[in-house]
Formats: sequence, C-alpha cells, structure tokens
Amino acid sequence: MGGFRQDIEAAVPALRRYARALTRNVELADDLVQDTLVRALRSEHLFHGGDLRSWLYTILTNLNRNRLRSLARRPAVQTISDNDASDMAGPEAGERDIERALASLAEDQRAALLLVVLEGLTYREVAEVQGVPIGTVMSRLARARAQIKAYLDGERPTLRRVK
Amino acid sequence: MIDRDSPVTEDELHSYVDGELPADRRGAVDAWLTSHPEDAARVAQWRAQADAIRVRYGTVALEPISARFDLDALTRGARSWRAVAAAAVVMAFLAGGVVGWMAHAASAAAPSRFDIFTTQALDAHRVYVVEVRHPVEVTGAERPHLVQWLSKRLDYELRIPDLEQGGLKLVGGRLLPGPFGPAAFCMYEGPSGERFTIYYARTDSPQTALRYRAGERAAAFYWVERGLAYVVSGPPDRERLLNVAQAAYDQIDKGASQARP
Repeated sequence: MGGFRQDIEAAVPALRRYARALTRNVELADDLVQDTLVRALRSEHLFHGGDLRSWLYTILTNLNRNRLRSLARRPAVQTISDNDASDMAGPEAGERDIERALASLAEDQRAALLLVVLEGLTYREVAEVQGVPIGTVMSRLARARAQIKAYLDGERPTLRRVK
Repeated sequence: MIDRDSPVTEDELHSYVDGELPADRRGAVDAWLTSHPEDAARVAQWRAQADAIRVRYGTVALEPISARFDLDALTRGARSWRAVAAAAVVMAFLAGGVVGWMAHAASAAAPSRFDIFTTQALDAHRVYVVEVRHPVEVTGAERPHLVQWLSKRLDYELRIPDLEQGGLKLVGGRLLPGPFGPAAFCMYEGPSGERFTIYYARTDSPQTALRYRAGERAAAFYWVERGLAYVVSGPPDRERLLNVAQAAYDQIDKGASQARP
C-alpha cells in the first residue's frame, strides 16, 4: 500500500497552497495540513478508491469548518496576518487587496472559489468536497465573485490592478 | 440554431471562465460576449480575480516542505511534532519579523553580528523569495548595472557570483536598509523554482569561516571577508546550501584576489 502514502505525500504542496489561501495565515494553514495528513493516515482503511486528492481536500475543508465553529464559540482573539504590519510596502498592495477580499467572503464561498480557481477542481469535484449539489457550488461561486468585485470596488476606487 | 440564439445565463458565464462549458456552447458564448460588453467586462473581472489569487498563493506549493509533514514522523506521533512546530514558531517570533529586526538590533542585549545579519538576511529571504512579480528591483539581465549600482550604494566593489554551473540563474537584486547602512540582496533561481539569496552588508567584524544557521523554512551560511558580511540563504537542505555557499565563496574570493591591487 505504498502508493497511498506516496500519493498523499505528492498532494502536500497543493494542500498547503489551498490551506494558506483558505486561512491567510501561515501557521494556521500548516497546522491544518498536518492535521489533514494525520487524519488521512489514520483513516486509510476508510478510503475506498476514488480521487485521493478530492478526499484530502474534503478532510481539510471540514477541519477548517470545525475550527471556525469552535472559534465562534470562543471570544475571538485572532490576529489577521503579519502582512498588516507592512502597510507601507508598495508592490504588494495588489496582493493584499485580493487577500482582504478573500477574507470578506463567507467560508463556503471562499472554499468553493479557491477549489475551482486555485486548485483546478471541477464543479463536480467541488460538489463532492463540500457535500452539496452542483447548483449550490455554482451559486457560491457567483456570490464569491460578486462579493470580491464589490469589495475591490468599494475598497479602492482607483484600484491599481496590473491586469 | 436555437443554441446560438438562446440567451447566455450567468451560470454559463462562470462555466465559460472555469473551462466547464460544453464545447458546443462555447461559440455561442463567444458571440454573446462580443455583443454584450457588460458581460464581457464581468468575465474579464472574474479572470483577473482568479489571476490575482493564483499570483498571491500559487508559489506556496513551491515552498520547501518542512519536516513536520514527514508522513513517517506523523504516524509515529503527531504530538511530538506539534511540540517541535510550536517551538519553531516561538523561535520565529524571537527572531522577529521584517520590522522586528530593527527593534531587535537596537534593544536586545548586544546580539552578535552573526545574529543580526543572518536574521535580516533570512527575513529578506522569506519576504522576497515568494514574490512572483517583483522579486528584485534590477533583473539579472542587467548584471553590469546591478553590480555597479549596488557597489556604489554600499561603497564596496561587490562581486555577484555566477552560479549557473550549479543550475542557478541570477534573478536579480535589490537594495535593502541594513542595520548599519544599506545592504545588497541578490536572488538566484534553480530549475524547479527553488530560490537562493545572497545578502551583503558592510561590517567591521573580523574575517570568519562559514557559519550555519538553520530556520524552519530557510537556512543560511554566513561569513565575513574583507569588511563585508555575506549571508547565503536557501531552502533548509544543509548539503545543497553548503554547495551553493561554497561556490559563491570561491568565486568571490577568487575575484577578489585577481582584481584590483
């Protein structure tokens, strides 16, 4: 069963990318990835074929949702990101715009958008990961894109977007 | 025919952008967009959003994988690795952020030159290696200009080594505010996108041998030669980094003994 481990290992870079975009926080993201790997390794017997990558995205997405739920029950003491400290930086302003725009999304919308545009999953795969019909995925996508646009328009009327 | 005329829905526009539209509707959407500029603008915006997301987060997948994701270690016990990771976080905190080093250099109880320079070099390394669009101020294509500019600002005849033999291309360089004056910073890139950097700063400390400093995501080799401190940073693979540092050291040393009286 060496293939199972190798496949998991091969997915780590993509999982880190997804987690980073989902949480916008390096430590949180890597914690999520690590928990995902632990969970996956423990549940090897539960994995009956299918797409391993989608399965891993599913675990990570659910772990993040659980994390947010338990956070919601506690008073929030979360620092957004250390990037905020370097507000004087110029070239990265555009990158922080998209980061903040993502932060303004509802969790399920953010996950749907990231799985599609960053991770390249099909609508059907995202539907499986999120456990919802494809129609719901599409409306999440639509709302996410509209919200990002509204955020960027509102935040910076003269947006310095390169393209 | 009905297909061509039936109005395009918003769902179809999303599918179009995400490559999910059935091939037999593509032509219809293309035609629709030429006659509906507002929808064309929306499609362009969605693409720009996707690009921005990929630019911002795409490089995360290229970052070196730290030992905490080693599957064998995770199977043995996630707990102990958590402790290690927590310790690493504390260390990162102590080392300070990009802004932190200034306070650090000013207030901490006399940190060594080694600490100061490697901290700043590693911070700069972490900040700039993930940059996609603006990793450097002057690109490697303008090497003579880069050397001249940085040498002038540091008031020191810098040598920017050619590491192509080791598979590393010069991306370019930039000027950094250093703890005791300006510092120079050059970046190199390997075939699979891994990046190494060399940090240069004037110092009054005496010549040293290569010294190693390990961090969680990056490591560094430090040495001082003829009044200049060098820090070569890269992914935390000690062997590889040592090779790069050695190659840089050899070239800089050789250049120095050949050039100028």
